[in-house]
Amino acid sequence: MTVDRTQVVLVVDDSRVVRKVARRILEARGFTVEEAEDGSRALEACRRAMPGSVLLDWNMPVMNGLDFLKALREEFGPGNPPVLFCTTENDIDRIEQAIVHGAQEFIMKPFDEEILLGKFEQVGLL
Amino acid sequence: MTPLGFETLATLLHRGSGLSIGPDKLYLLETRLAPILRAHALPDLDALAIRLRGAAPELERAVVEAMTTNESSFFRDDKPFAHVRTQALPRLHATRPPGARLRIWSAAASTGQEAYSLAIIVAENRALLGTREVEIVGTDIAREPLARAREGLFTQFEVQRGLPMQMLVRYFRKDGGNWRIAEAIRDMVSFREWNLLGDLRPLGTFDLIFCRNVLIYFDTPTKARALEAMARQLAPDGLLYLGGAETVLGVSDRFASLAGDRAVYGLTPPTAAPQAAVPQMRPLAAVR
Repeated sequence: MTVDRTQVVLVVDDSRVVRKVARRILEARGFTVEEAEDGSRALEACRRAMPGSVLLDWNMPVMNGLDFLKALREEFGPGNPPVLFCTTENDIDRIEQAIVHGAQEFIMKPFDEEILLGKFEQVGLL
Repeated sequence: MTPLGFETLATLLHRGSGLSIGPDKLYLLETRLAPILRAHALPDLDALAIRLRGAAPELERAVVEAMTTNESSFFRDDKPFAHVRTQALPRLHATRPPGARLRIWSAAASTGQEAYSLAIIVAENRALLGTREVEIVGTDIAREPLARAREGLFTQFEVQRGLPMQMLVRYFRKDGGNWRIAEAIRDMVSFREWNLLGDLRPLGTFDLIFCRNVLIYFDTPTKARALEAMARQLAPDGLLYLGGAETVLGVSDRFASLAGDRAVYGLTPPTAAPQAAVPQMRPLAAVR
């Protein structure tokens, strides 16, 4: 079966629990979810097949979320795919860094279904 | 609950706030009034009804407040805010004389997100508006949410509902685990305790009225009364914004929806016949 890549969300988080929760919420809304547990593996996944969007943790081993975002934008250009941070970081300077480096939205953990889907709606993915 | 007890509570709510509660909503009374029963050491809703038949204005207020819905979020249902940004503000600015102040009313302000969203839109359009003053008034019948609105302090959960991250960074600062609205935004908005079904005239005339997801809780005569009263407070070329599921059809002929915008209404042209006087609801404090 061919997967519509625009409907694929790459969930990047070193917490298996967070990946599972995000998967459950997103799959219920018709998205296909792929997972990566750090920035480096996420970048490899993007090189293999670009997802329609990325839900991205900040603090991860090997390559953190911000470094992944910088590498993604440098390699593939600005804007696409949309990247939504989803992190325990919640300082204004972190959010500003995310904006500067090309993130589309910023979710502060803990999140729930309403917040996650609301942010996807805000960036035009729903 | 006895029919008499239910009738007492339903009548109080209808007179006090226009809320229409049928017997199918008994569960809502039980859930929302449970904290009041505990606080006043009352065994059940019948005991509360008996207490309310005496003179208990503060208790009446607490009951009305507990039963009103305070659901709110920033830029809720984005569409009306987009209309203000792209249509209403540019038009009003172009047609009003220089120096004339624009007035916007958030008629069920709750904890303030709608009023502050409007203030943020004004701030974002400062280049268009130049030095034109814009006053935003938020009113609500419930005292506790209004106190929170005035404080301008929102939880992390609340600022993530509807607020784009760029606006969060621009118009809020962190305050402990919460987020505080910028003073420049807060200063554009005033909040007043007001019953939508009371005398609205002291509030003055508004160019835009936001009254969304309020009429759905009223029965038809109460909706008609509220719409009539709001029509009187709206500038002749002003606009009324209702919730997406609300309509004036079959309720009032004072408003007509704008083409293509089901939830945005302008006033219908005045007819030659004088308008009939509409009885005002008694203010809450006078309800017995």
